Amino acid sequence: MTAATYVFEYHLVNYRRTWRATVLSSVVLPLLTMLGFGLGVGAFVTGDVQGFSYLEWMVPGLIATTAVQTAVGEATWPVMSGFAWVKSYFAQAAAPLRAGDILGGHLAFMLFRVLLSVASFLLVALLFGAIRSPGAVAVLPIAALLGFATAAPAAAYTASVTSDMFLAVLFRFVVLPMSLFSGVFFPIESLPGALRWIAHVLPLWHGVDLCRTAVLGLDPGPGAVWHVLYLLLWGVAGWFLAVWRYRRRLVF
Amino acid sequence: MNSLIHARGLVKRFDGFTAVDGIDVDVRPGEAFGFLGPNGAGKSSTMRMIGCVSPPSDGVLRILGMDPRRDGPAIRARLGVCPQLDNLDPELTVRENLTTYARFFGIPRKVARARATELLDFVQLGERAGSRVDPLSGGMKRRLTIARALINEPDLVLLDEPTTGLDPQARHLVWERLFRLKQQGVTLVLTTHYMDEAEQLCDRLVVMDGGRIVAEGSPRELIAAHSTREVVELRFPTEDQGAYADELKGIGERIEVLPDRILLYVADGDDALAEVHRRSLTPVGSLARRSSLEDVFLRLTGRTLVD
Ligand SMILES: Nc1ncnc2c1ncn2[C@@H]1O[C@H](COP(=O)(O)OP(=O)(O)O)[C@@H](O)[C@H]1O
Ligand SMILES: [Mg+2]
Repeated sequence: MTAATYVFEYHLVNYRRTWRATVLSSVVLPLLTMLGFGLGVGAFVTGDVQGFSYLEWMVPGLIATTAVQTAVGEATWPVMSGFAWVKSYFAQAAAPLRAGDILGGHLAFMLFRVLLSVASFLLVALLFGAIRSPGAVAVLPIAALLGFATAAPAAAYTASVTSDMFLAVLFRFVVLPMSLFSGVFFPIESLPGALRWIAHVLPLWHGVDLCRTAVLGLDPGPGAVWHVLYLLLWGVAGWFLAVWRYRRRLVF
Repeated sequence: MNSLIHARGLVKRFDGFTAVDGIDVDVRPGEAFGFLGPNGAGKSSTMRMIGCVSPPSDGVLRILGMDPRRDGPAIRARLGVCPQLDNLDPELTVRENLTTYARFFGIPRKVARARATELLDFVQLGERAGSRVDPLSGGMKRRLTIARALINEPDLVLLDEPTTGLDPQARHLVWERLFRLKQQGVTLVLTTHYMDEAEQLCDRLVVMDGGRIVAEGSPRELIAAHSTREVVELRFPTEDQGAYADELKGIGERIEVLPDRILLYVADGDDALAEVHRRSLTPVGSLARRSSLEDVFLRLTGRTLVD
């Protein structure tokens, strides 16, 4: 555990050198999305969605996708770099760290990045008047959970592939469709049955529903517990897979 | 037994391919020990097993008296590792590369900063402490990697080809630093395919080829046991150097025909050269020199070290 915090510390020091490059995606992108979708598309969507204005209804979904985009982004190219380009993981493996420490410290940093981008999204949304319920702060732990549920399996995937071509494949064929069909831009009830099933299986929709409940101040109900447990399942399964893949790649 | 490294019948296999084929090694405290061998000899595979990042496929391996399978982290805490390929962090500064690495060993931040300063001075990078790693030369990066390997004051320093790919001047700087470490009593284990590196730095070495150890001893012992005192190199103006082998018969103990030259193994180089001229042979190039580990390797394997 302490060994993992040393690795987390290393990633923070590294981030001190590279954070500028992430400001664009953390602040400017939410701003543009908000303007484009919320105000632009929202102007066409007359009437409410489930009793809320389109902008208000959509913001929590955008927060959840931001969490997933950041989590998977951090669990792909930087992980590939640790194994193949900078090879920082191998430097760490030569020190008294285990595969679980190396992964754990990096995963903690990924979740830190998720929290940063979600917090800045929350601020932008607040300035736009798109958030009214104080319960909205609950999106922070929800985003961390959703980040865990997606970053851990994504890190396991990255540790299993040998070319960054496969990372683009993950984004194009998993993350992008998931973002489109997980109730971010429209309720999944409007999806045909088969696609709705995809939304239920993949993690994002569960995070979207939790975020929406928190931001709109709805009654969580027992469904929320199932969402949390299901996301935990994704995270824990992803964690064990990733430890196994990391060990295979570092110790041979 | 007081060996820092103790290996018996050590084997490393990769899906059926045997990279290290049953080697016996003992490294004692304070010694500079070398694995000399060409590319593919199994040096890095051996170093990775010693570094406890690669489980042995067979045989006995004890590092610092402990079992790498069980005590990996405890052993690694006391090792310093300079891998064959640098894996420094290009985004961090020279100093941060040391201080962040120190933390992996649980070294307090303040101690880490003090040690980083000291080590950067030692490897002559003190003035570059605040600069990024990216623009450093190959030799500077290598020296920084060596400094990083010393951050935990290790009992055993593993250096996998410490000067491969460096220009001669950069190599000499690295050698000089390693020599200083050796004088300070630090136990060094290094691999190399440069015989001059092995001769300069190693108290004792093993010659490796095809995953096996083919000879062991100090550079001087190895030369005495497997070569003559001097060597005469002759180059003849022909495609086929071997055509001259017959006419050189009887000069010295042994003759080796290489694609580009002939080597005569002799006790006295000048006498041998005089005999070559007396036989009215006229090589375009001739050179008498002392025997080296290169000659030992050629003798033992029939091949040259660096191709
Ligand atoms: N991970 C691996 N998988 C398969 N073969 C390997 C692996 N690592 C090394 N080898 C093979 O083992 C042999 C010895 O390699 P290595 O230990 O790197 O030699 P050296 O360091 O002396 O050049 C080589 O033939 C190499 O191709
Ligand atoms: Mg090697």
